[in-house]
Amino acid sequence: MDAGVPAMSARKLRPRVPMPMQPPLVRRGNFTEVALGYSLEQAVAEARRCLQCKKPTCQGGCPVEVDCKGFIAHLVHRDVEGAFAVIKRTNSLPAVCGRVCPQEKQCERACKLAPTGEPVAIGRLERFVADTYYASDACASAIAAAKQCRLPREDVRVACVGSGPSSLTAAGFLAALGAQVTVFEGLHEVGGVLVYGIPEFRLPKSIVATEVEHLRRLGVEFRTNWVVGQTVGLTELFHQGYRAVFVGTGAGLPQFLGIPGESLLGVYSANEYLTRVNLMRAYAFPRYDTPLPQGRYVTVIGGGNVAMDAARTALRLGAQEVTVVYRRTQAEMPCRAEELEHALEEGIRVRELLAPVAFEGQDGWLSGLRVERMALGEPDESGRRRPVPTGETEVLATDLCIIGIGTGPNPVLLRATPGLRLNARGYIDVDPTTGETSIPMVFAGGDIVTGAATVVLAMGAGRRAAREIAQRLGLI
Amino acid sequence: MTLILRRREIIAGQTIELVLHAPAIAAKARPGHFVILRVHPEGERIPLTIADADAQAGTITLVFLVVGTTTALLARLQEQEAILDVCGPLGQPTPIRPVGEVVCVGGGTGIAAMHHIAKGHAQVGNRVTAIIGARTASLLLFEEELSRFCEKVIVATDDGSRGVRGLVTDALRGHLAAHPGVAEVIAVGPVPMMRAVAELTRPLGISTVASLNAIMVDGMGMCGACRVRVGGVIRFACVDGPDFDAHAVDFDELAARLRAFVSQERQSYGCRCACHERA
Ligand SMILES: Cc1cc2nc3c(=O)[nH]c(=O)nc-3n(C[C@H](O)[C@H](O)[C@H](O)COP(=O)(O)OP(=O)(O)OC[C@H]3O[C@@H](n4cnc5c(N)ncnc54)[C@H](O)[C@@H]3O)c2cc1C
Ligand SMILES: Cc1cc2nc3c(=O)[nH]c(=O)nc-3n(C[C@H](O)[C@H](O)[C@H](O)COP(=O)(O)OP(=O)(O)OC[C@H]3O[C@@H](n4cnc5c(N)ncnc54)[C@H](O)[C@@H]3O)c2cc1C
Ligand code: SF4
Ligand code: SF4
Ligand code: FES
Repeated sequence: MDAGVPAMSARKLRPRVPMPMQPPLVRRGNFTEVALGYSLEQAVAEARRCLQCKKPTCQGGCPVEVDCKGFIAHLVHRDVEGAFAVIKRTNSLPAVCGRVCPQEKQCERACKLAPTGEPVAIGRLERFVADTYYASDACASAIAAAKQCRLPREDVRVACVGSGPSSLTAAGFLAALGAQVTVFEGLHEVGGVLVYGIPEFRLPKSIVATEVEHLRRLGVEFRTNWVVGQTVGLTELFHQGYRAVFVGTGAGLPQFLGIPGESLLGVYSANEYLTRVNLMRAYAFPRYDTPLPQGRYVTVIGGGNVAMDAARTALRLGAQEVTVVYRRTQAEMPCRAEELEHALEEGIRVRELLAPVAFEGQDGWLSGLRVERMALGEPDESGRRRPVPTGETEVLATDLCIIGIGTGPNPVLLRATPGLRLNARGYIDVDPTTGETSIPMVFAGGDIVTGAATVVLAMGAGRRAAREIAQRLGLI
Repeated sequence: MTLILRRREIIAGQTIELVLHAPAIAAKARPGHFVILRVHPEGERIPLTIADADAQAGTITLVFLVVGTTTALLARLQEQEAILDVCGPLGQPTPIRPVGEVVCVGGGTGIAAMHHIAKGHAQVGNRVTAIIGARTASLLLFEEELSRFCEKVIVATDDGSRGVRGLVTDALRGHLAAHPGVAEVIAVGPVPMMRAVAELTRPLGISTVASLNAIMVDGMGMCGACRVRVGGVIRFACVDGPDFDAHAVDFDELAARLRAFVSQERQSYGCRCACHERA
């Protein structure tokens, strides 16, 4: 047993302060945020549960090493501004991370209280700090201060390609050091997966907009509708005066199953479904012009965050029944624990150990999904037990099927830039310490390097590359 | 925001040509490329082919047929007004190599898109014959522009009001019989037309390219809405195409997938356009 635990048993451990939520039956009919956020009193009560360990382990569990103990100490004293300053030292998007990080696998798993099953709710506290801080005027003054201490290095121009969390982080880091940063985004809106993928009820768009506004005021220029590799070539950016380029184009290429019937009407990739709903606001059709695939009996294939988001979106859009079909069991699902829990509360069915074998249809439209029952075999490379086919099949009646089984690297920039070395899986090969690619002064990070991962890992990669860029350009 | 410099109704209320100030896109646009545009903040993203580009002037030309909500809204914009978002050039350029004799077949609005490809072939020194078709003479496009660089422009109309009476495939059949040296055929137009061209050239073994107008959302390979089957393999029209080997394309599947949103499109059109009309 380590140092923290005796202290803990001496003090009686109170349970985690529960997160106020919209009730399942209400929230399944709307797109407003599910988790409502702590009040100041709730946050302080939760912060008090922290043992302020001598040797805290929480920080090591966070991919961007947020000083959890440090910011929580400020919170105990109701000092939100101080807490925010601590978080912001290493995390540029705290309002986002507090909501979407898989905390149970990261900071909270590393917390000394984790063995009790009730670690400090670090994510919720982080969210509270960010939300409260952004709601106050403190935000504006901090930006003004950042502007004043900026070095006069407007000649140092850096381009970031893509506007997901990796690029936004790199842009913020470099802009704060005085670089003139331009973010090139192919879509018409900034934010990457945060706007086109993760739905409003988990991550309100206004939060992403606040973070982006923050960057704008730091002097970052955003160019939407610019596809690097098409509108402008990657290496051409150097001729235009950029001295370094960060590539954060993500893993947005949807994978299909390659089974019969996949082209039937009514079969969608989760990316298409979520893009129509989130980016194009198809939920407000016909007020918005983009049409939405309609389904009464919706089936979603997959077990990650993407599948959960698609399922819960379909439910909110009026599906009578939503079923998630997964090859393994709930215990192996890679989604955030909370998302599965919320989905089940909302009435989504999960059918385990089923693998899709064919889509069945009538007159070109989907009518059913044929699935094969699986059994769990030996563990595979990922340590999870491998599903093995049993030969038994059944047909699930469905008129809308959403495929969320994974994605590949965004292809446009890679195809247009033959000099960029890729790894065996087709992602960009980088030097793990600097983030530099095979092209000098071109850096990359986030999902385009790792394959589909998490927001906080993308941010960590953006930060690492930005630090290297800053050093090479003499900003630090 | 992208400014409209010139606007012309090629066919009143139906087919419109816009010349846009888009220097970055113009500098990169090659035959076969398209743009994705959005007209207003609640709008849909729609793909339109770059029918012509002038890198020096910094302009691109779009020609579109009014078929639904977005094209109707686009048709309302006047010179010196701006389009909210124009993104491009997207897609793979049409592969254009010096091969000798080529035939470019265009149907309906597809004639405009074909125009840029035909011009590209002429520029590399290929002898280009254009075959263009429409229901009736008043719906023909770009005949004069094409005749500037094509060896020959053959016109076919369903009602015989101009050129030969019949379909472009009839004209193509005659032309290929008389010109055994044709190395390549390019077909841009409605799905049934492209399918018919492919069936005609297949037994003759003439390499044939079709430009597929699958439904698109992002146009950057991120949604899979535009998936088409080519040679039995799923390809994304936006990043792998839009031009493919016409002999390998599954046109039945393409035609079926284009029906995905027909009922909702009618509803959208009824709502947005009818309300505006009333207003
Ligand atoms: C539905 C969904 C739910 C998720 N839920 C969670 C979650 O709960 N928690 C979590 O931690 N992670 C989650 N993730 C994963 C997380 O969102 C990603 O790991 C993260 O966004 C990756 O960030 P990125 O910076 O690499 O790029 P992305 O966010 O993928 O953004 C890339 C951007 O680059 C743009 N782009 C691509 N090519 C070009 C080009 N050539 N030129 C210009 N722009 C280009 C794209 O349009 C896009 O906007 C989820 C992902 C999805 C899809
Ligand atoms: C690569 C490409 C290039 C194109 N180039 C041209 C062009 O140069 N000129 C031109 O007039 N048209 C072109 N089209 C077709 C054009 O995109 C559609 O006519 C347009 O999207 C219709 O939008 P709407 O809102 O006016 O009509 P809607 O009401 O949305 O649809 C009317 C009809 O258009 C088709 N359609 C709808 N959405 C799309 C979409 N996103 N992509 C393709 N077809 C769709 C549907 O089959 C429907 O029947 C092109 C399509 C593609 C994919
Ligand atoms: S960034 Fe994510 S992992 Fe790190 S402390 Fe915050 S919620 Fe935990
Ligand atoms: S968060 Fe957990 S590990 Fe970190 S200081 Fe508090 S009790 Fe200790
Ligand atoms: S339009 Fe989205 S992948 Fe082609």
